[in-house]
Amino acid sequence: MAKIIGAVTTSHVPAIGNAIAKGLQNDPYWRPFFKGWDGVHVWLEKTKPDVAVVVYNDHGLQFFLDKLPTFAVGAAPEYRNADEGWGLPTLPPYRGNTDLSWHMIESLVADEFDITTCQEMAVDHAFTLPLKLMWPNAEACPVMTVPVAVNTVQHPLPTPLRCYKFGRALGRAIESYDKDLKVVVLGTGGLSHQLDGPRAGFINKAFDAMCMEKLVGDPEALTRYSIDDLVEQAGTQGVEVINWLTARAALGGRVSEVHRNYHIPISNTASGIMVLANAA
Amino acid sequence: MGSRPRYAHRDISGTTIFDGVQAQKGYALNKMCYSFNAAENRAAFVADEEAYCRKYGLNAAQRKAIKDRDVLGLIAAGGNVYYLAKFAGIFGLGVQDLGAAQTGMSVEAFKQKLLDAAN
Repeated sequence: MAKIIGAVTTSHVPAIGNAIAKGLQNDPYWRPFFKGWDGVHVWLEKTKPDVAVVVYNDHGLQFFLDKLPTFAVGAAPEYRNADEGWGLPTLPPYRGNTDLSWHMIESLVADEFDITTCQEMAVDHAFTLPLKLMWPNAEACPVMTVPVAVNTVQHPLPTPLRCYKFGRALGRAIESYDKDLKVVVLGTGGLSHQLDGPRAGFINKAFDAMCMEKLVGDPEALTRYSIDDLVEQAGTQGVEVINWLTARAALGGRVSEVHRNYHIPISNTASGIMVLANAA
Repeated sequence: MGSRPRYAHRDISGTTIFDGVQAQKGYALNKMCYSFNAAENRAAFVADEEAYCRKYGLNAAQRKAIKDRDVLGLIAAGGNVYYLAKFAGIFGLGVQDLGAAQTGMSVEAFKQKLLDAAN
């Protein structure tokens, strides 16, 4: 049977892609962030996952406002990165696993999550950069992938409680798959940041610390926040922490914290990185 | 009922929540910015901004805010920052430049404000 080995949660700021393209990993501004991945690499080397299920939000590469799914699951043999408007070099295509994808889709819908299925799906920086950061030396991403996109662009967004329940259903979907695969679940985005309006540049260190703490031992505490609460406390784009909550919920009950890094700022964002291992 | 949605959002200072009201208001503007994913569309915009805005049916407020590079004006006209970031990308500007423009700070001062948030 498939087994969820743990979760990796991380920020996904586009500027990371720019820093990688320019080789700025050891630049004084970037070093605290890139060094924050060492602990993730040690864990990946030890656990060697076969599949990454990536919970992220699309920023207007695949989805426009004409048709915007709340939850969308990829079911393609391959996922391609493309120009998001900044002309950055694109990353090589990502291998899918259509058999696993369709199993997850069947399971989720049976579990009353009526997701959108995508047999073609372009993947943006929120999907590609975390995978590149996890395996920086691999030419192409070495694991199979299943993209799971959550709407954080156009309100109403799914509530933290809904995301938690969706994450639980994702966990059941993955672990009921009958092939022996080791699966890591990613939650990307956050932590606190706001790009728009006179409040641009808003960061909330105390709230981020609380979120990271609760994510480990008491994720249900985060389900008591509303989306407006998250906008107020974490910023308009800080709401992306719902992707972290979804990924965490897929792990189930007890987890152990393997690694944590927090750094202010990268670009406009308070960056967080965590590795949570599933209880055996 | 007035023009506010039934599920009005909390009033958060300096913040416009991109909801159904904004999404309707900004549809043409965001659709134009979405087209900037493609390099040939970015080039077509640069070649003739006015014609490109007309093609997407931008209203007067949106056309003016595009012309003036007025980020707050674009937000007020229904722009979503993820799409506006693609517009900014045409000029080689990033989210820190957008942040400075919206807060009335220099880019250096805005970057310092972010560094100071660590303390």
